[in-house]
Amino acid sequence: MPSNSAPSGAPLLEIRNLHVSAGDLEILRGVNLTVNVGEVHAIMGPNGSGKSTLANVLAGRPDYTIDQGEVVYLGRNLLEMEPEVRAREGIFLAFQYPVELPGVRIWQFLKAAMDALRVHRGEEEMSAREFDQLLKQKVEMVQIDQDLVRRAVNEGFSGGEKKRNEILQMAMLEPKLALLDETDSGLDIDALRIVSEGINQLRSPDNAILLVTHYQRILDYVTPDFVHVLIDGRIVQSAGPELAHQLEAQGYDWLKETKDQPDLVDTGA
Amino acid sequence: MTQTSSNKPSPTPPVLSRSTTSAELDTDYKWGFSLDIESDVAPKGLNEDIVRLISAKKDEPEWMLEWRLKAFRHWLKLKQQAPGWANIHYPPIDFQDIHYYAAPGAADKRPKTLDEVDPEVLEAFEKLGIPLAERERLAGVAVDAVMDSVSVATTYQESLEKVGVIFCPISEAIHNHPDLVKKYLGSVVPYADNFYATLNSAVFSDGSFAYIPKGVRCPMELMTYFRINQADSGQFERTLIIAEEGSYVSYLEGCTAPARKTNQLHAAVVELVAMDDAEIKYSTLQNWFPGDKDGNGGVYNFVTKRAKAKGRNSKISWTQVETGSAITWKYPSVLLDGDNSVGEFYSVALVNNHQQADTGTKMIHRGKNTKSIIVAKGISAGQGSSTYRGLVKVMPSATNAKNFTQCDSLLIGDQCGAHTVPYIEVKNPTAQIEHEASTSKVSDDQLFYCQQRGISTEDAHHIIINGFCRGIFQELPFEFAMEASQLLKVSLEGAVG
Repeated sequence: MPSNSAPSGAPLLEIRNLHVSAGDLEILRGVNLTVNVGEVHAIMGPNGSGKSTLANVLAGRPDYTIDQGEVVYLGRNLLEMEPEVRAREGIFLAFQYPVELPGVRIWQFLKAAMDALRVHRGEEEMSAREFDQLLKQKVEMVQIDQDLVRRAVNEGFSGGEKKRNEILQMAMLEPKLALLDETDSGLDIDALRIVSEGINQLRSPDNAILLVTHYQRILDYVTPDFVHVLIDGRIVQSAGPELAHQLEAQGYDWLKETKDQPDLVDTGA
Repeated sequence: MTQTSSNKPSPTPPVLSRSTTSAELDTDYKWGFSLDIESDVAPKGLNEDIVRLISAKKDEPEWMLEWRLKAFRHWLKLKQQAPGWANIHYPPIDFQDIHYYAAPGAADKRPKTLDEVDPEVLEAFEKLGIPLAERERLAGVAVDAVMDSVSVATTYQESLEKVGVIFCPISEAIHNHPDLVKKYLGSVVPYADNFYATLNSAVFSDGSFAYIPKGVRCPMELMTYFRINQADSGQFERTLIIAEEGSYVSYLEGCTAPARKTNQLHAAVVELVAMDDAEIKYSTLQNWFPGDKDGNGGVYNFVTKRAKAKGRNSKISWTQVETGSAITWKYPSVLLDGDNSVGEFYSVALVNNHQQADTGTKMIHRGKNTKSIIVAKGISAGQGSSTYRGLVKVMPSATNAKNFTQCDSLLIGDQCGAHTVPYIEVKNPTAQIEHEASTSKVSDDQLFYCQQRGISTEDAHHIIINGFCRGIFQELPFEFAMEASQLLKVSLEGAVG
């Protein structure tokens, strides 16, 4: 049995007192969060609260400085791993703004990614035939146009196509921990439904999803186990899915006011 | 190096010498090995006697020697003034410090058949991925293997002869097909064309000759593999391809050289002629030794390649992947003489470390309804400098000429350079000329995107560069495309990651 698998309910990701800055700007100011295998967590919050930073830091984007705290993933120090190692260990980031790779066909890109993952796990690279079959199956599952995979990655894609391409990649790579960074933004209602269905199909007792979103609407389709509110770089409220509806009705202001105090204490420390 | 040859040139049999490996550089260039074999080497230096010696070595007819001497006398008038307009920088070349003829094997035992070829030479080609022995030959590819100044072997000649295709070393063609050689040699690149073409015309040694008769579609790819082995030697090959009416041929060339400390000069001339409805597809994988990381050694690749699309509806397509050489100076061009003729130029030029490349094409439209396409991709890494230089010229006679040009540059790192120098001269108002150009960098966001999918930085660069070159690789025969992609990867080692 591979050493890096964990049973349902076991801790997959433990974030402890995480402080992160970009340049002079402190963005995350003491985030604590535990995600267990089989859970879906939604991270909500107003613009600029640090939601996307959290997802990107977990994936290993190099633009940030970790000032303090630790992140344990499957019992190992995540922050010491290179981004590609994190990916091979099962962390997947669905990008908010997926970049274009001109001339690189999606299937070529995915084959390279699959090969890297399998080699890391000590498995053989997938045969072209096996890969084609799997890709076809996943393309049907996430309801994208078959022709899309022959096009260059994100080149000339619409916003919806880009997001669906992210979900297709997630379906192919079958991550243990999927970080969905505002995957719902910029989608019309049909695209949102398709993307959500894709996510729901990938949801399983063996993996976990961290869904970063500004809006509650995607949570109508993907019901989270937990909802956390991130404001000014800190989780100020955690509850069940009902919290999302409360936020929809009342906005974030009521949470902001109650959490201003500890900030002052912290800065004096 | 232990050259024992005297500096006094003479037409008498030159002194035999053995090259050694002592002058080799320690590099990652995996084709950098050299052979320690007996070689028949002309003394260093260039004069009329050397020209006569080369001609005598090949047992050439008088007309060939006369042509060489004419070129040599013209070259003398140029007073060692190599063209200075290109964006390349190197110390002056001492043309008297070069061996102008070197042949593997002793002078008195030229191999007549493959069995007589030095096993070490055969092994060397095998190591380069070009097995020549009957059993192991590349399927579907006829190969002319050239080491230094001579052709070592040419495969599949008999099967080609059956359909009337002539594929042989040019030295053989001079003997066996003198009328064809006389008619076409210098007809596209005259001996006085430019400094290096003139030098080549005087001292050219071997190279390939191909003749595709009327209506014949050449049943296999023709390939020449050029290898420089001898230290301090120049390679001056000459290639001539003639495609008669309605014929088709796809020709490939590959080239490598040992990792010598001193620079080696390679000044080739390639001439192509296509008659009515004929098509020539010419692909190059240029992988001459590029020098080491500090810019020591490497091949100076000063090449003149030109095609004449002579007949109506004729088509010439140049595809080149240039990853090697310390300096590359070449402009595979097409003279679009025939009405409705088509000229294409697809190029990838990669420079790393201290490599310099000034390359592009000339499309000269003379016939009516002529079309040309230029797609040039430059990749610069390390401290490399890459220049695209191209001319699109539409003559008054070329009614309804069309050209499309696309030049893209990709930069890796912050110490390299990319330059684009397009020239457009239009003398007919019906011409349609399009020019597109772009410059981009491999962005951190692209790299992170790949890494986030488990792909290493090095592989990410490889994938992104392959994507950048996709349009060019599509033009190459399949095996060549795979090799080209691998070459780019190997050439960039150390520049990324």
